[in-house]
Amino acid sequence: MRVAIIGFGAVGRGVAQVLVGSDSDFTLTAVADSRSACMDENGLNPAEVLRRKETTGLCGTEGLGISDILRFGEFDILIEVSPTNADGGEPALSTIRTVLGMGRHVVTSNKGPIACAFTELKALADQKGVILGYEATVAGAVPVMNGLRHGLAGNRIRSLHGILNGTCNYILTRMRDEGLTYHQALQEARDLGYAEADPTYDVKGIDTAIKLVIMANTLLGMNIALSDVEITGIDQITVEALNLAESEGSTIRLIGEIIPEKHQVRVSPRVISLDHPLVVDGTLNAISVCCDLAGHVTFIGRGAGSLPTASAILADLNSIRDCHGRGT
Amino acid sequence: MKLELKDTPGQLLAALKPISDIGGNIITIIHQRDPNSSENTLTVDVVLELAETKLDTLITTLRERGCGVVRIGKERLLQKQSLIMIGHLMHTDISDTVDQIDRTGYAEVSELHMVMPAINEPSTAKITIRAVCPEDMRRAVSILHDVSKKKDILVLEPLEGVE
Repeated sequence: MRVAIIGFGAVGRGVAQVLVGSDSDFTLTAVADSRSACMDENGLNPAEVLRRKETTGLCGTEGLGISDILRFGEFDILIEVSPTNADGGEPALSTIRTVLGMGRHVVTSNKGPIACAFTELKALADQKGVILGYEATVAGAVPVMNGLRHGLAGNRIRSLHGILNGTCNYILTRMRDEGLTYHQALQEARDLGYAEADPTYDVKGIDTAIKLVIMANTLLGMNIALSDVEITGIDQITVEALNLAESEGSTIRLIGEIIPEKHQVRVSPRVISLDHPLVVDGTLNAISVCCDLAGHVTFIGRGAGSLPTASAILADLNSIRDCHGRGT
Repeated sequence: MKLELKDTPGQLLAALKPISDIGGNIITIIHQRDPNSSENTLTVDVVLELAETKLDTLITTLRERGCGVVRIGKERLLQKQSLIMIGHLMHTDISDTVDQIDRTGYAEVSELHMVMPAINEPSTAKITIRAVCPEDMRRAVSILHDVSKKKDILVLEPLEGVE
């Protein structure tokens, strides 16, 4: 199947890398970054596009863009991996809407459109008989969306708790292990490339909240917006708080929580026993659900990064191929 | 409570039935024959939860049925929860914060461990609340949240298991 990539940052490049030399069923026919684009209906060489991006900073020809790919590009699946805009989801939302409207599949890691307009996009995809894949929007490589939808199908989920932001978890882990202050740990996370120059989105709990909105709306049959989530970040946490928690065999982690029955969705730093399965170290993510039949199930893995996110995208691509690939 | 029963079949059941009839929640029963006791009776330790107002009625009923109530120990605040508070705890009148819980009548602050690393820096405390029942604990924690919000104090709740 022919695929087009929109967005050529860490995730887009990870996907291209996965497609290099793979004898997969996917042919890359178009790529766009924020300033350029390239297309070839017979297939681009992913390695060449990656090399061009690395040397020139552009993936293709300046002046070409997403609109050209949408008008002239030959593709069966659009991979939308541009940066998240939590406020309305644009411009990715319009791109996805257009592509689904054209009757093509979409796979995305972009949280904005899924958090803001899932119901509308899903209805459009169903109407057109195509698939909207969004495994990569939550917890990177961890197959939590497919795991809950298919693996635990038929279960009623009583509660969901998750560590969904690697930056926050890294900071809290370092504060506990090394006695660093919040600001020292944040600086270290920045130096290692785990935190953005403006870390607000992560440390204030907004990123975690968006992921809760996605899971609530796509998996738990809720219909909520970001403004419905009660959010507290980790930027006020002191070393002393971690020490006091430690003195009773606990620590502090930023926990996203959904209790569907109570319609409760919140993000807050919580005191949590050190032997709790959710207590993972460093940038790892963990999600624990309590189901009526299966009981407690916990998923742990890499929540971010180029290849782990590409892994989730590849999983969606493969399931589209399995459903629609033959004979199209 | 410690009960004294006649050592005849059916006595234990006869003693426990009034407890459940009156709405008491039996938590444990320790029933052990003491070789040194007088031959015809045995003692049973029962731990139960019961509204205080119903206690006298229960004792009367038990005595009417021939069960001696030997001893009653009362523990009113059965629930315990620790939370962490971060903020300017002293400057926002910590004794007022504690008082707002204590004056409820159904919950009390039983322990406060405060750390103040430097003048004008936020301090951190572990506060332990005891309450009569889980519902009262939720109300007490909610009061703590309300008070803390006004005083710009961050409250960290425990994640109790995952339920």
